[in-house]
Amino acid sequence: MTDLTAGAARLARIREDYTALTRRKRVYGSILLILFVALMAAGFRTADARNAGSFADGWRRILDYPSEVLAEAWAEIGQLPAHLAHFLPALIETLNIAAASTLIGLIAGTFLALMSTRGMALWPALIPLFRRISDICRAIPEIVIALVLIFVLGGGPVPAMIAIAIHTAGALGKLFSEVNENASLKPVEGLQSVGANWSQRMYLGVIPQVGPNYVSYALLRFEINIRASAILGFVGAGGIGYELRNAMSWGQGRYDEAAAIFLLLFVTIVVVDQISGHLRDRLAHGVKA
Amino acid sequence: MSSFATDLSTDALKLEAGRLFARKRLLNFGLPALVLIYLIYIFFAFDVPGLYDGASWKNGRTLVSDSYSYKTHVTRDNRSGVVSVAIEGERMGAYPEGMTPDWVALGDTAVVDLEGGHVVRFGAGTVEYDIPGYGTVRATPNRSAGVQAELPPGAVPAWINVSKNRLAITTDAGRLTVTRNRAEVFRYFAGWELFWFTLDSPYHGKSLLEVMRLAASGEGGAIWRDFWNNAMWRHKDVAWAIFETILMAFLGTLGAGIVALPLAFLATRNFNPFRSVRFAMRRVFDFVRGVDALIWTVVLARAFGPGPLTGALAILITDTGTFGKIFSEALENVDRKQIEGVQSTGANAPQRYRFGVIPQITPVLLSQLLYFLESNTRSATIIGAITGGGIGLLLTQAIITQKDWEEVAYYIVLIILMVMLMDWFSGWLRRRLIRGEGRARRRPRDPKARRFLLP
Repeated sequence: MTDLTAGAARLARIREDYTALTRRKRVYGSILLILFVALMAAGFRTADARNAGSFADGWRRILDYPSEVLAEAWAEIGQLPAHLAHFLPALIETLNIAAASTLIGLIAGTFLALMSTRGMALWPALIPLFRRISDICRAIPEIVIALVLIFVLGGGPVPAMIAIAIHTAGALGKLFSEVNENASLKPVEGLQSVGANWSQRMYLGVIPQVGPNYVSYALLRFEINIRASAILGFVGAGGIGYELRNAMSWGQGRYDEAAAIFLLLFVTIVVVDQISGHLRDRLAHGVKA
Repeated sequence: MSSFATDLSTDALKLEAGRLFARKRLLNFGLPALVLIYLIYIFFAFDVPGLYDGASWKNGRTLVSDSYSYKTHVTRDNRSGVVSVAIEGERMGAYPEGMTPDWVALGDTAVVDLEGGHVVRFGAGTVEYDIPGYGTVRATPNRSAGVQAELPPGAVPAWINVSKNRLAITTDAGRLTVTRNRAEVFRYFAGWELFWFTLDSPYHGKSLLEVMRLAASGEGGAIWRDFWNNAMWRHKDVAWAIFETILMAFLGTLGAGIVALPLAFLATRNFNPFRSVRFAMRRVFDFVRGVDALIWTVVLARAFGPGPLTGALAILITDTGTFGKIFSEALENVDRKQIEGVQSTGANAPQRYRFGVIPQITPVLLSQLLYFLESNTRSATIIGAITGGGIGLLLTQAIITQKDWEEVAYYIVLIILMVMLMDWFSGWLRRRLIRGEGRARRRPRDPKARRFLLP
């Protein structure tokens, strides 16, 4: 607090200091802003120059493809229910890939998180090792593992499932270990005092505390993984993405199928987002009485 | 939490507790059982048992061995008698005329020393291979009679494959193939060949110390040029590809932030009194988010063609939806008092937003932007693989050719390093900027602030 009884000289100095501070802050702010704008502009120009088609020509054509697809789908609207039914198994496969990889990732991520949290790890000396493992799992884009596994195992849902599960394990491992650090260690110590082994301590002492948070994060991951599994299908891992690529490569005349797949994918993502958002809300704030 | 009525008798309480226990037990065993049943269903639905038979383990072995080793081909054209040496059998890796590795001796009889007593001789008419512990295999290729092979007496071992027109011998030291038209020896080496300099560069085969001495004596530019334009590993193209990928993530994320911020105001209850506009804006965000990045990529690739701009725009559009949702939620939670405080000093509307609202949401805004910057680096790799651009394109190309697995391994390592670097960078920036806002400065011992220090 400023001493109010101080003289006018002191007040003037304070005001001077304050204006200098504000001015410096403003100068820094504007330098940063100019730098940022310059970076964005230069980046955009570089990207534009290295692209096959330029932005100036392309933006008028953005709506060409969607309108073509929609026009064709509209012309054959009667076929839509049949197409939807036809692609439903592929959609279920995509959902299964997402769900299975989320579950496997959840189990592996829980393990990684417990092993890399102080006070809970089974081997405290190996905490840095497990941290690095989950960092590396998180850093690998799914497509890298998926493409390599497709080469060895052949196309199909399993490469996609493994690829997404590895990334999910890393991502959830990090989020979970942050949750773990806020958990109380007292139940663990209590269980240890009555002779519980490590898995009992974790299952009875830690999991009940962190469970809701874990499930909330896993649901968020499930939403992300549906998108990921659709994309991986596009590079040959089965599911709705694979059907989409086929429908698109047939080109004109089959756009009604592409439209049906777009529709299925869109509705699925929106519905799952809504349900999982609602569930996460309930987990975070408790059941509204 | 369940609460117990206090006026219950002991028996009733016991019953209640028993019921609670039964429910917990059901949950504790039922949930894992459900998960297990689902995974078993997946196991059969995805045909995991059939996968084992369908898998090509040969591909897997090639992939693994090729990713850390390379082979040098010594080939003799049987018609002309010319012997050529090329790394991986590629034109770019061919030894120039008159230059051979020291384990190949040219002459009337070319001698290829595979070490450990394994020696292959390309004679005038006959190819000989001395195999220690087995004997000498002779093969005489002939235009009309195919390949006539003479093996030591006894049964033909499994690692020798003889037919009328072809002889193939695979040993630990290398591999010899003789056909009517040519004889070829592969010798395997560990490591990535020609990673620094190709054979036509004067710096090939020099040690690091030597190269550094040459660089110090003024050849630095030439050394860098030879490395940068390495035709085998294409360091220049790879660096550009990495840069393109990061550029996609950067432009997409920040562009989305710039587009989403003003729109987010329209989607909030407290800043936008028009219900219909609010509702429409929220549905727009939902729509943009629901039409996945995959579909945006497909649509945009039609308009702009392959390249980094397409990827950047796909990320921009998808994330506009996500940011719009997150920012509007943050805006709905701003404290009115701060805005009123600014208003009470006579601030006009822009000033109220600038000093009353923006400082409150900056931490959320920045941390989300930086978090997405990291995750979009990964997305940009994937989008690049679909549209064609950046490191994702190089990776898919290398995988599709199915022979440059050392390049695939190199790209994977680069991608992982790139993502980890972006992760570290965004974490560092987040720490700097958000602490700079003065929130954490008040609580330097904040457990959350310490947590971010972990990578």
